[in-house]
Amino acid sequence: MAKLPGATHVSSRFYRIALVASLLVSLVLPFVVPVYYVQFLSKAMLMGILALALNLVVGYGGLVSLCHAAFFGLAGYVLALTSPASGGASIFITLPLAMIVVAAVAAVIGALSLRTRGIYFIMATLAFGEMLFYLFHDTKIGGGSDGIYIYYEPEAVIAGFRLVDLGNKTHFYFVSLGALFLTLLFLKGLVGSPFGHALAAARDNERRALSLGFPVFGLRLAAFVISAVIAAVAGYLSAAQFGFVAPQMLGWHLSATVLVMVVLGGLSSLVGPLVGAIALMGLEEVLKSLFDNWKLVKGLIIIALVFLLPGGLQQLGALVMPERGEAPDTTGEAVEEKAHG
Amino acid sequence: MAEILLRAEGLHRRFGGLMAVGGVSLDVHRGEVHAVIGPNGAGKSTLINLLSGDIPVSSGRVTLGDRDVTTLPPNRRAMAGIGRSYQKTTIFQTSTVHENVRLAAQAHSGHALRLFGHVVNDHAVNEAAEAAIAEVGLSTRSGTIARFMSHGEQRQLEIAMVLATRPRVILLDEPLAGMGQAEAQRMIALIARLKEARAVLLVEHDMDAVFALADRLTVMADGEVIASGTPTEVRSHPAVRAAYLGDHGEVA
Amino acid sequence: MNAATFAVQLLNGVQYGLVLFLVASGLSLVFGILGVINLAHGAFYMLGAYLAYWLSAYTGNFLVALIGGTAIAFVIGLVLEEVFVKRMIGRDHLAQVLLSFGFILVIDESRQILFGKDVHSVPPPDWLKGSIQLTELLSYPIYRLALCVFCLIVAAIIFFVIQKTRLGMIIRAGAENRDMTRALGISFDRLNRYVFAGGIALAALGGILVAPVSTVFPGMGDGMLILSFVVVVLGGIGSVAGAAIGALLIGLTDTFGKVFFPQVSSILIYVLMAGILLWRPNGLLGKQGH
Repeated sequence: MAKLPGATHVSSRFYRIALVASLLVSLVLPFVVPVYYVQFLSKAMLMGILALALNLVVGYGGLVSLCHAAFFGLAGYVLALTSPASGGASIFITLPLAMIVVAAVAAVIGALSLRTRGIYFIMATLAFGEMLFYLFHDTKIGGGSDGIYIYYEPEAVIAGFRLVDLGNKTHFYFVSLGALFLTLLFLKGLVGSPFGHALAAARDNERRALSLGFPVFGLRLAAFVISAVIAAVAGYLSAAQFGFVAPQMLGWHLSATVLVMVVLGGLSSLVGPLVGAIALMGLEEVLKSLFDNWKLVKGLIIIALVFLLPGGLQQLGALVMPERGEAPDTTGEAVEEKAHG
Repeated sequence: MAEILLRAEGLHRRFGGLMAVGGVSLDVHRGEVHAVIGPNGAGKSTLINLLSGDIPVSSGRVTLGDRDVTTLPPNRRAMAGIGRSYQKTTIFQTSTVHENVRLAAQAHSGHALRLFGHVVNDHAVNEAAEAAIAEVGLSTRSGTIARFMSHGEQRQLEIAMVLATRPRVILLDEPLAGMGQAEAQRMIALIARLKEARAVLLVEHDMDAVFALADRLTVMADGEVIASGTPTEVRSHPAVRAAYLGDHGEVA
Repeated sequence: MNAATFAVQLLNGVQYGLVLFLVASGLSLVFGILGVINLAHGAFYMLGAYLAYWLSAYTGNFLVALIGGTAIAFVIGLVLEEVFVKRMIGRDHLAQVLLSFGFILVIDESRQILFGKDVHSVPPPDWLKGSIQLTELLSYPIYRLALCVFCLIVAAIIFFVIQKTRLGMIIRAGAENRDMTRALGISFDRLNRYVFAGGIALAALGGILVAPVSTVFPGMGDGMLILSFVVVVLGGIGSVAGAAIGALLIGLTDTFGKVFFPQVSSILIYVLMAGILLWRPNGLLGKQGH
């Protein structure tokens, strides 16, 4: 597939240098910047994981999902609800539990929503996501609309030995970095695998993928669940970072914001959504410090993005970087087909 | 008589009040090209879609060998051994020839959906893809991106994709449509080779091609079969002369 | 539950369903005709309610608020279609989602700047104040009854326009088959503009009408958006009759759900939606493709 990450639009040597450089910077950064920025970077990386997860479905699967915040938030609630009142929960029990719960919920929502196409799919995922939002908002399960506190961060203890202290901002930073790195590694393997190619084939031409023998529904459902589980990891860590979960964490405004990150960074590359997440969160920080009504500016920027930069920041990159092969084709026939199919 | 690989019995398909296919039965034999002809709107394309599973039947039965595949979705029929081409060339335009065919070979490789291992390193799949590409005569174009090829080459590519799924039955929906003379000749020669050890069902408007290729003919009009048999039998069939060939005097 | 309480709940459910129908049919028509998904639909509902509050506070006349608010929303719709939405037709849904999300942020913040974020209530017009005595113990507010009647009139107008007029014929043809309509030489530019503006106006109208019976608050658009989506998923895209059935189903399910299953009432409509998706993935009256 021309759109798969193997065919990066930027020359591969530049890509490798950038990768090594950003890895080095990310290792040194927490020791040189103030603790506020260490926390901010951790938060940005977790959003990056969420955006990467979403892009598996949106970019590679061609399915616009608006319920990924619900998976993100649900994992946070699993941590909050399983944390004992005195002391931290074990990460080795509660993280897998959160992933399993989210996988099960995503399997049900996915199986129902994937019966529909295009606009219906967007609406169905939005509605089911909001169902989870209202479940926590309107009932007393998780403290209602006020949310609940997680008084003790989860513990990573094996045989009495504490591996990391999640309460320590620097430790937490490296845990987030590790999770991000594993996510990237996993997704890189996935999109190059037979599964990833079949998924992209179903996006580009569903009819042909079916007539070649690919079980398109099952493929998409699997991608949906995998992506939800990765979102769950991000949500779990996010809840651990802030020690607090509230229904807003599941709301669709977050889902839409993450979609903006994905598009901002570029759908057609593996690391694009991560770049988009960091760029958007950085932008929000700047806007917050400049304007009282910063959301107005954010809205205008999103509208401008849609018209001026439909290919995301990559489009800017393509202006200055040597290109390899075809120009990114984000509005081409493949997207068209999936949108109206 | 050669073994029957694909059999349709009493296929019906209704779209709202319209009966697109009304009670079609036919057999496609191993080693033969079975052509389906008829005027526009006769239901030929719908028939192919019913056989491939793209459209579910309203009633009737489709059997592949001795297996009833009537209720199978298109991907399961493809796995069972039915391959097809579409009237409008259906390939992955932005991928290379090799990538297109590799995907088809992957679908039938036994680990079509493995979550690990990069596809370019799967030698068995790559070899199967190259073999299919060679069979249609596109070996020199293996690295070309599909949309930069001529219409005729894209058609050949689509056939290579079908071959890579190792089908027992191949359904071809107007494979010659929009082709120039030379391209059409190449495609006719290719189709003639396809039937070896396989069964081919061909829907085509080009009567010269049909009579050059077909071992058996079914003539449809208004969703029904009006005649069936060898080309010679069909040619002399009075209903056919009246309903169809009358408009194409040059073939009669 | 006795007959009188039942009647009251039934009226509440129907009234809720009717308002939902106005909002959702606007959304459904915009989907059906323009093929554009508009997440900002709920924001216009919210905006309508705030306009109702602002205009009626200024003029002291609810009727002015009703007409003025709807007209303002219609004009905003015309402008948005001309400047932005027109360029969205044929773009992928992702771009449409982002654009309308951008709209939401802009509308929300504009509302914040213009009207603040306070919760308000809007008095019904004087001549619709008071209640009708149903039984000795139960009464029903006149405004709510008038609201039902008004919604029914608007619904009847929508149905009349869609079923009986030339414009409606074009709309129906457009929802069925855009290419065919284009082949008939019908100007899509104008149709699109009025359908989009009309859809926005219906959303705002819904917000204006409910302002006197509920509170006006910043987050009210989100809930309405989701419910409208559920209505469209239930009824089928572009089908006004489907929207009517879906809206009444949800109005009644929600109202009676709150009475009978207060614990899970907020989940109930989604269960209903899940059931419909299992049974008919393209909605009750949507085209059932293969």
